Amino acid sequence: MDSASIATAAYIVASLLFILSLAGLSKHETASQGVLFGISGMTIALVATFVLVADLGSTTSVVLLIIAVAIGAAIGLWRARVVEMTGMPELIALLHSFVGLAAVLVGWNGYLEHGYFELQSLEDIHNAEVFIGVFIGAVTFTGSIVAFLKLSARIKSSPLMLPGKNYINLGALVLFVALTIWFVISPALWLLVAVTVVALALGWHLVASIGGGDMPVVVSMLNSYSGWAAAASGFLLNNDALIVTGALVGSSGAYLSYIMCQAMNRSFISVIAGGFGIEAGPADDKDYGEHREINAEDTAELLKNASSVIITPGYGMAVAQAQYPVADLVRKLRERGIDVKFGIHPVAGRLPGHMNVLLAEAKVPYDIVLEMDEINDDFKDTSVVLVIGANDTVNPAATEDPSSPIAGMPVLTVWEATDVVVFKRSMATGYAGVQNPLFFRENSQMLFGDAKERVEDILKAL
Amino acid sequence: MSVVGVVTESVAGETRVAATPETVGKLIGLGYEVVVESGAGEKASFTDEAYAAAGATIGATADVWRSDIVFKVNAPSEAEIGLLADGATLVSLISPALNPDLVEQLSARPITVLAMDAVPRISRAQSMDVLSSMANIAGYRAVVEAANVFGRFFTGQITAAGKVPPAKVLVAGVGVAGLAAIGTANSLGAIVKATDPRAEVADQVKSLGGEYIAVDVETEQSTDGYAKATTDAYNARAAEIYSEQAADVDIIITTALIPGRAAPILITEADVASMKAGSVIVDMAAANGGNVVGSKPGEAVVTPNGVTILGYTDLAGRLPTQASQLYGTNLVNLMKLLTPGKDGRLVLDFEDVVQRTITVVRDGETTWPPPPVQVSAAPAAAPVEKAEPQPPKAVMTQRAKLGLVGLGILALFLVNAYAPPPLPEHFTVLVLAIVIGYYVIGKVHHALHTPLMSVTNAISGIIVVGAMLQIGIDGDAENGTVIQVLAFIAILLASINVFGGFAVTRRMLSMFSK
Repeated sequence: MDSASIATAAYIVASLLFILSLAGLSKHETASQGVLFGISGMTIALVATFVLVADLGSTTSVVLLIIAVAIGAAIGLWRARVVEMTGMPELIALLHSFVGLAAVLVGWNGYLEHGYFELQSLEDIHNAEVFIGVFIGAVTFTGSIVAFLKLSARIKSSPLMLPGKNYINLGALVLFVALTIWFVISPALWLLVAVTVVALALGWHLVASIGGGDMPVVVSMLNSYSGWAAAASGFLLNNDALIVTGALVGSSGAYLSYIMCQAMNRSFISVIAGGFGIEAGPADDKDYGEHREINAEDTAELLKNASSVIITPGYGMAVAQAQYPVADLVRKLRERGIDVKFGIHPVAGRLPGHMNVLLAEAKVPYDIVLEMDEINDDFKDTSVVLVIGANDTVNPAATEDPSSPIAGMPVLTVWEATDVVVFKRSMATGYAGVQNPLFFRENSQMLFGDAKERVEDILKAL
Repeated sequence: MSVVGVVTESVAGETRVAATPETVGKLIGLGYEVVVESGAGEKASFTDEAYAAAGATIGATADVWRSDIVFKVNAPSEAEIGLLADGATLVSLISPALNPDLVEQLSARPITVLAMDAVPRISRAQSMDVLSSMANIAGYRAVVEAANVFGRFFTGQITAAGKVPPAKVLVAGVGVAGLAAIGTANSLGAIVKATDPRAEVADQVKSLGGEYIAVDVETEQSTDGYAKATTDAYNARAAEIYSEQAADVDIIITTALIPGRAAPILITEADVASMKAGSVIVDMAAANGGNVVGSKPGEAVVTPNGVTILGYTDLAGRLPTQASQLYGTNLVNLMKLLTPGKDGRLVLDFEDVVQRTITVVRDGETTWPPPPVQVSAAPAAAPVEKAEPQPPKAVMTQRAKLGLVGLGILALFLVNAYAPPPLPEHFTVLVLAIVIGYYVIGKVHHALHTPLMSVTNAISGIIVVGAMLQIGIDGDAENGTVIQVLAFIAILLASINVFGGFAVTRRMLSMFSK
């Protein structure tokens, strides 16, 4: 039994623990246990690799390794402790970019190492693997960076519209295939540089041309890419632990993207190809009539007399950091014996499950936080619906206006309730750029202003 | 600062008053002085003391009529018009379309007259819509009056003394009054059906527990929120439905009104004759000619076959306290609109569609009828919507999908058939891991998607293993230093992922609590 076989055995155990970790996350009760499995798996894998390196490598390597891990761990733990829950999408996007960049570096090293190969065909395969790994990694890297910049509002989140953008993407792919073949036939450093540049540009363009409203899909798509990048490195390094883990992460991200796309009634391809709400539908010049305003005191009065209340939060709640006053409001209403529930649209927020995390942070019991399919039948028996910072996810046009750009997207049917109060900063449209007829319905009233302040006003009035 | 006068109603049987102590307080808040005629609120259970306590002065009849602004419920009599001061503003129900003589008499005086029953049906003006607020009360009261006369339960019961079937109620005309009647009858336990020429009310009927009976004939969409006169084909079919229903139901409540015209006849003499003895009809349109043949305004008529037809015209007034409160609040909301400065100065702005529409007479000049108003919630005409069908989405056919999957499997097969080891082994692992990943992730609770992402993020930091193996290279080998530097950076980045990802997931999960 040498260090290499110990490592191989450890990798198998680690892979199994990772699978158990993801399985644990299927329920609230077993979720923290799942994370523990994940941590144990990672620890085993890291320790085994360390033993391997310590056994075979020089002292310099070991020292460098320890320093690098220590710095990375310090930064990671620090960021994890201080991050605001509303800032989760940015953090996750940024972390994806790290995996992408690491995959690029590992790929480059794979080329620079010039290993010894028994067969010519094995060397060809190795070279192709280098290219694939670098390509996926680089796309993930720049894509995640752009997503991070968009999510943290450092650049505008509106989609970039280059002419013939689909051909640009397709061209980059064709170029990648051509460069790979060339590289397999005659390996050269400049080809590796070229493919890296092409992939970086493609990643940047892909995400830049996707609008802010599609960010939940983008983030989970990048999650998937980062997994595939790790899997490609696994092929390169002949390491099954990397392949298994990468495939797990890759398919998990792909599955989440699929759920998100279904929730928006859009095909995955069209989201990646970018551009939502570009087609100005005939709906835009329609006369929707006028909206009615309500103030915080009247809303409080409405809530006092309600028997059941459903709150449908959206990204606006996250922006205004309104989850704490909203949670207080829920507590107060429940003390009065009013039935309060939350209805969460799958794509509310900028990350799958974003709203759940924010509400959990504010100590809202998770058993009153329901998803769209669970709650849509309840709206018609509900006295008051509070729409806090949501727009496209509660747009009746999606079900009623076949010419609407968001037609067919499943939405929360809030308008079936007796009264709807919409918290909004202004009458501006949502990310889809579609006007929302909900605001002009007879049973809806607008409460303008910062969501947090308005909810606090209601609390005072109660 | 103007003075608002609240006068006693002179019409016999009128119980309402145009302001309550509560609304008086709000008027004072808008900067007005309020004078209430002594005894004005008596029939609605509001004492003079209560008005005084709210800040109003109590005045004699003549004084109150000399106020700058006079609040009233019913249209004034000729004598009362004479009591108004020059330049005064009168706010009351007028029905200008039905009472051209009254409008003429009013315009003979240098006064301004605002008709509360002419408020346009747009969302913004809802808070001043007297017809809606009164109709709501009247619809409730209509059911109560019917129940009073009806000799049976509304709800079905199974008792030791035998089974009692529920009463069947038909509501003709689903406006505000009709909806209120549907809700009330339903809450008493009756089976409620409703008819209306506007098919768009079907959902509203259903929401209150009623069943909508559609008249299956093409009709126009309503663009002003009120029902229109109907076509001949429609009328023929509707008449059949009414005949069928009359023979079946126990109680009929008719609310059909067409603005500016006599009420349409819905229930014929034959229909009434076909009803069971003891049945009740409430004709809420009796004041405007009636929807039922044989109804008399303000009276209860019993037909030879034992059907009672109630033609009460004061249904809203039979709940005087509430009706006055709602009417008064409608007036306050109007005054809010007319007093932009909140300084007790009434400003009439003809640019505003609501103010323009309700003004019947301005400074002695007739301004009726106003230009038509488009109501807000009018659905666009159907053909316009369908004119531009969405281009069909390029959906892959089932066959194409299968073809692609087959192609993928074939490619996988070929690669593995020709590739030397260890590639096939790697593919085995990859394929199995993808399938496992798919099934495991498919079970994850939706609320845990964010923790799932951060944990997979941490796990994908496993790439650190690759970089660690690479940093182990001998520094003196070819490119050794470069490789070590690159690997160093890769380890650092991936470690951030590993540690940060797990730590933030733990932090998140600790927040989820039941």
